[in-house]
Amino acid sequence: MQNDTAVEVRNISKIYSGNVEALREVSLAFPRGKLCTLLGPSGCGKTTLLKIIAGLIPANSGEVWVNGRQVDGPGPERAFVFQDFALLPWATVLRNVAFGLELRGMPPEQRNEIARKHIAEVGLAAFEASYPNQLSGGMRQRVGLARALAVNADIILMDEPFSAIDEQTRRKFQEELLDLLKHHRKTVIFVTHSIEEAAYLSDQITLLSPRPGRVAKTIAPGIDHSRGPDEIRRDKHYLDTVDEIWQMLKQYVD
Amino acid sequence: MTLFGRNIPIAFSLFVWFGLWEIVGRSGFSSFIPPFSKVIETAFVIAQTGKFAAAAAISLRSFAAGMALAIVVGLPLGFLMARVAFARRLLGMWVNIFVSAPISALVPLLMAVVGIGETTVVVTVFLFAVFVIVLDTQVGVQHADRSLVEMARSFGARRSQIYTKVLILSALPEILAGLRLGAIRGVKGVVIGQLLVAIIGVGELFELYSKHFLMEEFWALVMIVFLFAFAISESLAALERKVEYYAGSR
Repeated sequence: MQNDTAVEVRNISKIYSGNVEALREVSLAFPRGKLCTLLGPSGCGKTTLLKIIAGLIPANSGEVWVNGRQVDGPGPERAFVFQDFALLPWATVLRNVAFGLELRGMPPEQRNEIARKHIAEVGLAAFEASYPNQLSGGMRQRVGLARALAVNADIILMDEPFSAIDEQTRRKFQEELLDLLKHHRKTVIFVTHSIEEAAYLSDQITLLSPRPGRVAKTIAPGIDHSRGPDEIRRDKHYLDTVDEIWQMLKQYVD
Repeated sequence: MTLFGRNIPIAFSLFVWFGLWEIVGRSGFSSFIPPFSKVIETAFVIAQTGKFAAAAAISLRSFAAGMALAIVVGLPLGFLMARVAFARRLLGMWVNIFVSAPISALVPLLMAVVGIGETTVVVTVFLFAVFVIVLDTQVGVQHADRSLVEMARSFGARRSQIYTKVLILSALPEILAGLRLGAIRGVKGVVIGQLLVAIIGVGELFELYSKHFLMEEFWALVMIVFLFAFAISESLAALERKVEYYAGSR
């Protein structure tokens, strides 16, 4: 395995009980320091693949390699951002963000200091003492992102993180995510069903076909993310990518 | 509540019924229904007697012991049934049968096995309270947000941490509801156990008063027991509301 590959999956197959074949023989490499998207219609097993990479559910066959080592469970080099935020409702923002460090047994002063830094980074400095039910959906997902950043994993797995957030907030959030990733050299694997989101964010897009999920195509949009968001959305590469994906995915929509 | 377009406090409904009771009592309609004011008066008299203090002490002791036992057994059993499919299949049906079974019918059997005395009452309280605690704990743990458990696992939580840092807190509202219902049933258990054993505690007093047609004393004791159960239930309910606030976003 080359040094510039952060995560690699080899021949992953997953069959759920009841003979539902979610994934068949999926092999994929995720380059280090890039944002890679898994894109496909519902039922293509993209979330299943992400959770297999996270070590949250076992595959029936195949291997997951992370940083050159084969893994079969969760590990500190991977952090997950959940679609439904998965925040502890009884804990403050501060405790939620520090939760990963708390599980590792880090003393409170130390973990709170790290958590505060990342809370400020996602723009929630004034809400450290708030509870999740006092925050909007967008703010809750910022907490989820800060929690993933706080454990200092070099690979961040994001499962449709913006799907429960309204459109305006989502755009803002996408821009901020790109901005944030400029400062952290993280490998991000991002699951989405939004073509525009994938084209806007990604260095690499993998299209999965539905039932069973297989790699249909891998695209590298080649968009220069160092330019402003409005420029990107008018960029020819961006528009071509959106069109290319749509032409491909159209056949799966009934 | 509104009446003729005005807001009326909830306590008003109590006053209406107590007023009705007073009128029926004073009319001499039945010797079983003394006026409400007399009942309250008697309650204060009874509460100061040594006989009542002794009876209350025994009853409270049985109640506390039975409840403690029900909690110590009920909570772990609820967790076990929620987390282990085999335990759920093995015990689920029995717990469901016993939670709705007339436990009172078993008390005479208990007397034969355990003997006539405080132990029987403790076991009765236990049986009245334990099943609803098991069920509510099970439901609470099973309905604990699965993505929270997944989240904890993804951040490297050990099995014990999943229990202490996620499941217990997540199930707390249901556990407290179970404890509240268990405590209410436990009060019934004390009274029924002691009534059937008939020689100890508040049950002995009930037996004494009803045998001698001391209706004022009888109703006064009913009121006192009712107030006790109500106080326990309300304080647990207050705790529940406090927890619901934090768990509100589930």
